[in-house]
Amino acid sequence: MLESFISLLSKWTIPFLVLFIPTFAYIKGVKVYEEFIVGAEEGFKIAIKLIPYLVAMLVAIGIFRNSGAMNIVVTAISPVISFFGIPGEILPLAIMRPLSGGGALGLATELINTFGPDSLIGRLASTMQGSSDTTFFVLTVYFGSVGISKYRHALWVGLIADITSFIASIYIVNKIFG
Amino acid sequence: MINLIWLLLIIIGILVAAIKGQPEIITDTVIQSANLGVRYSFDLIGLMTFWLGIMRLGEAAGLVDILAKIIRPFTRVLFPSVPANHPAMGAILLNISANVLGLGNAATPFGLKAMQELQLLNKNSNEASDAMITFLAINTSCIVIVPATIIGVRVAAGSINPTEIVGTTLFATLIGMTIALTADKVFRLFTRKG
Repeated sequence: MLESFISLLSKWTIPFLVLFIPTFAYIKGVKVYEEFIVGAEEGFKIAIKLIPYLVAMLVAIGIFRNSGAMNIVVTAISPVISFFGIPGEILPLAIMRPLSGGGALGLATELINTFGPDSLIGRLASTMQGSSDTTFFVLTVYFGSVGISKYRHALWVGLIADITSFIASIYIVNKIFG
Repeated sequence: MINLIWLLLIIIGILVAAIKGQPEIITDTVIQSANLGVRYSFDLIGLMTFWLGIMRLGEAAGLVDILAKIIRPFTRVLFPSVPANHPAMGAILLNISANVLGLGNAATPFGLKAMQELQLLNKNSNEASDAMITFLAINTSCIVIVPATIIGVRVAAGSINPTEIVGTTLFATLIGMTIALTADKVFRLFTRKG
């Protein structure tokens, strides 16, 4: 029931918006084609403006990850994590999550396939992957699009949210499926 | 702070590669990651163009204003520095709705549109404003009802019940968002307005 509702919702939202917004605008007397073009022109400029910010951030994260430095951090923190009864397998995902969206999805997929989607680790990986965002990347893209390079406390707030979601995921998955 | 983090990621990475005696990893990574940045930007062009076109129709038809009015009770508290019924609010609502429904591809164009609008209100043009930080706090920690991508992975992995993590994800994001907004308010007390 829930499953079919969710899949229906995620399949139909976009087609609905693409149908509804232009139709509604037309009824309201908007010259839909002409106005669409005016709005669309902005899209190219914004997307191109992101390049320097994305290259700067992705290269730094790429170097940290591919050099093996990230693995060293994971190995160093592992004992602390195990002390709190958190499965160590999940840690690389927690560290990767705010840094790299593709990297985190790869790790989550690997955990889900290795331990099974319905195992405790599989469910934990799913919940963690679904409940937080690629904070570094989002900040880079969003601030980059308007030329902002001074983030003030935005990064801290994002990372606090990630850590909180991580802990909340462990708590709730253990409580419900543990 | 971002300057130091950026530099440390690079320095530590290169040191580790040096100790391992594999400097070529760094050289390859620079090329790959730089290209990845450009590719992401190019991949975004089509989506941005399309959704900003649709968004413009929503604005011209008054839909964005209607949305902004509906959520005014929340936005007044969350974004005190943004005037009532500002176009940024409609874009923020669309971005958050898309995030909640797991429609990441549609969320980004709405979100970037919201940033453009907030930047118009931001006097100091290269520094984040309070409203932007609050928006990003909500955006990155946003509650998720349909974690579409991970449900897809679970289906592919042969899960008996792929959507059973919907409830746990909702719980985790709810806690994460509450803490993020609280942290934002606390930080705001200690930093100057902008």
